[in-house]
Amino acid sequence: MVALGAAVLLAAGLVYTSFSAGTELRQPSELRGVEGGSYELTGEVAEGSVEHQGADLRFEVADRDDAAATIPVAYAGQVPDPFREGREVILSGTVRDGVFRAEKDSLVTKCPSKFAAEAERDPNVVIE
Amino acid sequence: MIDLGAACLVAAAIACAYAAGAALLGAHRRDRRLVDSSRRAVYALCALLSVCVVVLEAAFLRSDFSVELVASHSSTTTPDFYKLTAMWGSQGGSLLLWAFVLSIAASGVLYATRHRHRELVPYATAVLAGIGLFFCCLMLFADGANPFARLHPAPAEGAGLNPLLRHWAMAIHPPMLYSGYVLFSIPFAFAIGALAARRLDASWIRSTRRFALLAWTFLGTGLLLGSLWSYEELGWGGYWGWDAVENAALMPWLVGTAFLHSVMVQEKRCMLRVWNVSLIVAAFALALLGTFLVRSGILQSIHAFGDSTVGGPLLGLIAVVVIGSAALIVSRLDALRGERRIESLASRESVFLVNNLLLIGLVAVIFWGTFFPLISEAVTGERSSLGSPWFDRYTAPLAILLVLFTGLGPLFAWRSLSRGALWRLVRTPAAIAATVTVALAALTDALSEPLALAMFCFAAFSLAALSQEVLRGASAQRALSGGSFPAALARLVARNRRRYGGYVVHAGIAILLIAVAASSSFQTSVDARLLPGESAEVGELTVTYREPTAEIDPVEQKLTFGAVLDVSEDGRPVSTLRPSRNYYSGRGDGSAGPLRSFFEGEATSEIGRRAGPGADLWTAMRPDLTPLDEVLTRVDRELERSAPEIGPAGPGPAEIEAMRRYAAAQGDAIRNFATLYLARPLPVDFRVNLNPLVIWVWIGGAIAVAGALFALWPAPAAARRRVSELRAARLARELGRA
Repeated sequence: MVALGAAVLLAAGLVYTSFSAGTELRQPSELRGVEGGSYELTGEVAEGSVEHQGADLRFEVADRDDAAATIPVAYAGQVPDPFREGREVILSGTVRDGVFRAEKDSLVTKCPSKFAAEAERDPNVVIE
Repeated sequence: MIDLGAACLVAAAIACAYAAGAALLGAHRRDRRLVDSSRRAVYALCALLSVCVVVLEAAFLRSDFSVELVASHSSTTTPDFYKLTAMWGSQGGSLLLWAFVLSIAASGVLYATRHRHRELVPYATAVLAGIGLFFCCLMLFADGANPFARLHPAPAEGAGLNPLLRHWAMAIHPPMLYSGYVLFSIPFAFAIGALAARRLDASWIRSTRRFALLAWTFLGTGLLLGSLWSYEELGWGGYWGWDAVENAALMPWLVGTAFLHSVMVQEKRCMLRVWNVSLIVAAFALALLGTFLVRSGILQSIHAFGDSTVGGPLLGLIAVVVIGSAALIVSRLDALRGERRIESLASRESVFLVNNLLLIGLVAVIFWGTFFPLISEAVTGERSSLGSPWFDRYTAPLAILLVLFTGLGPLFAWRSLSRGALWRLVRTPAAIAATVTVALAALTDALSEPLALAMFCFAAFSLAALSQEVLRGASAQRALSGGSFPAALARLVARNRRRYGGYVVHAGIAILLIAVAASSSFQTSVDARLLPGESAEVGELTVTYREPTAEIDPVEQKLTFGAVLDVSEDGRPVSTLRPSRNYYSGRGDGSAGPLRSFFEGEATSEIGRRAGPGADLWTAMRPDLTPLDEVLTRVDRELERSAPEIGPAGPGPAEIEAMRRYAAAQGDAIRNFATLYLARPLPVDFRVNLNPLVIWVWIGGAIAVAGALFALWPAPAAARRRVSELRAARLARELGRA
């Protein structure tokens, strides 16, 4: 009986707190015209868009399935090792003036795919 | 050679099908020969899959790039160790590993039980062979999952292993995890066998207990290795992120922990039988779920690898396992329900029950949080996710209570404990815990983090209680048989490996949780942008950026920019850290110039770390190269101007000479750039973390694993003789029955 009661309490607690604590996952195309709010942006880093401006990092994130739908991102903080163009990333932050302003250290980059068809090619030989 | 491997894979699938069929038919017709035949088919399966693994590893060592796996995950320059471990970095290879470990474990358990449990072994064999058949079919029929797929024509060079994975912990982390997942299938299969055959006593538990403990050990080791790699290699400074895939491995481990405790209750007091079978079904289902989550794109996670063809069928298997087992349990419910109730709250059974509830509570929280994106999408239409703070907030209280019970469990006796006896046992550890808490509150700023202080208090209680029990046992042993104290301790521990191994595991977990609480609640983290000569304050330490370093590695096409940091405390030098950043030359289409491709491609952090028993000093750096941006552009433009054009007829002697000069020019450009970095003072962004007690996370974990291995170790000769006499008696009884 006690166990059942505890379980019900825990479940109620989980349900109540999680729905208010969650942040919405959005792709760039879903953030068009949106202002403010708190979201988690997911998508791919657009090719040729990465710029280091001092301590800030600026790049564009595109939809996974639609490379044309992009949103510019301003980020300061730790850049995880796997980060590069073409990789999938997750960021938390808010939208201001059409730019996604990410929270510090909220950048998560997916590990390079072990299982998908994308194979990493040989490094170009530059150093002799 | 490769065709031999492919053929063996097909033969393995056939062997699984035969084993399952023969076992079920033998059970139905009570035909001993069919059951024996099915067992031998499992042995054959093990041999066939061994051949597959050997063939594949030989292809890796030979750098046979006609095999697709070898071409996409290895290269001629990959060191041999990583060539061998690259096998499980791919879909097909890791499925093969899963099936291979399953066949070894199944053969082992069937050999050990070949004269026992005659009613339920056939069903267990059928379940194990069925799972094996599923994985073999996945490899044979799912797109891109065949480990022996060939490439025509074979490329001259392979793609090589991702530099992030070139770490010893990452190399052995997958087989540890897979072994953990797979080994849960053994007690699961025997539980199903027991239910199917209606042999609902504890015999299935006794035969598979070692496998459950081994599964727990492997899974725990895999989790520890993964967290160590993350801390040392990934450059974000943490060891656990509540990522979906981390959680997917943690959940079966927690359920396994609950299972290992509650089966003791069934063995000693014949209670909780429904609970036990449900737990092992849940553990195995979660293990399959863990295998599934890594391979499907269903959850956004640092490891979720897009859509794959294997996700759907795995989900189907999980559904079959859960629904089938539930149906079987429900149909045997009357026979499973015990008559005994828990007699007293002050008993080991009730402590174990609370421990189980806490562990299952933890699993529920983690499960909810991990799948919340899907849940919220179903309920509100929006995909919403929960971050680390939410997980920390709801798992911390449960973990704190859990550590208290790791101390209480060893103190309580089975059945019941009188209040006086309970007080006598509890008072010394409680006093020690109270003293420690007061000391911490007075001497440090532990009071600012009440949850961490609670964890320290309860963990101190737990460690004191465990020490007390060991001392009490040793003095009792000494009173019985005399001799010195250490000798008595050794004798005590050798006679009760299970119990004292368990105590060591509890101690290791308590230490691990202390370290987790300390390193997360009391971490000091400082971001500093320094020019050479500048310093920053981190806690009580001063960190000075002394000078930049640069290194070129032609073998790995790697440019390393680093920094030398001097760390001092009150003017006294404490240590020197050398963090660096590796830049690799670009792969793929040369949209960036040859020099710029280094800085727009893969970069990995080598952290500077001074590990210490009191605290870890951890630092990562990133140089700000924007002042040198124009140099990059200029050099690339010059290089591109001098790049030789190769006509459609191929390079002639003049072109080859031009190519050689071009290559030399590129090498010179890189070297000049490195010299420029050293000469011009550039700002570097440093992150410096002071992590108290973090190394004890892995030391505590290692202690726990050592305790588990000690508990697993086979008993000394005398005990074995006793067991074999028992076995002879049991055999005689069974023969009489047959």
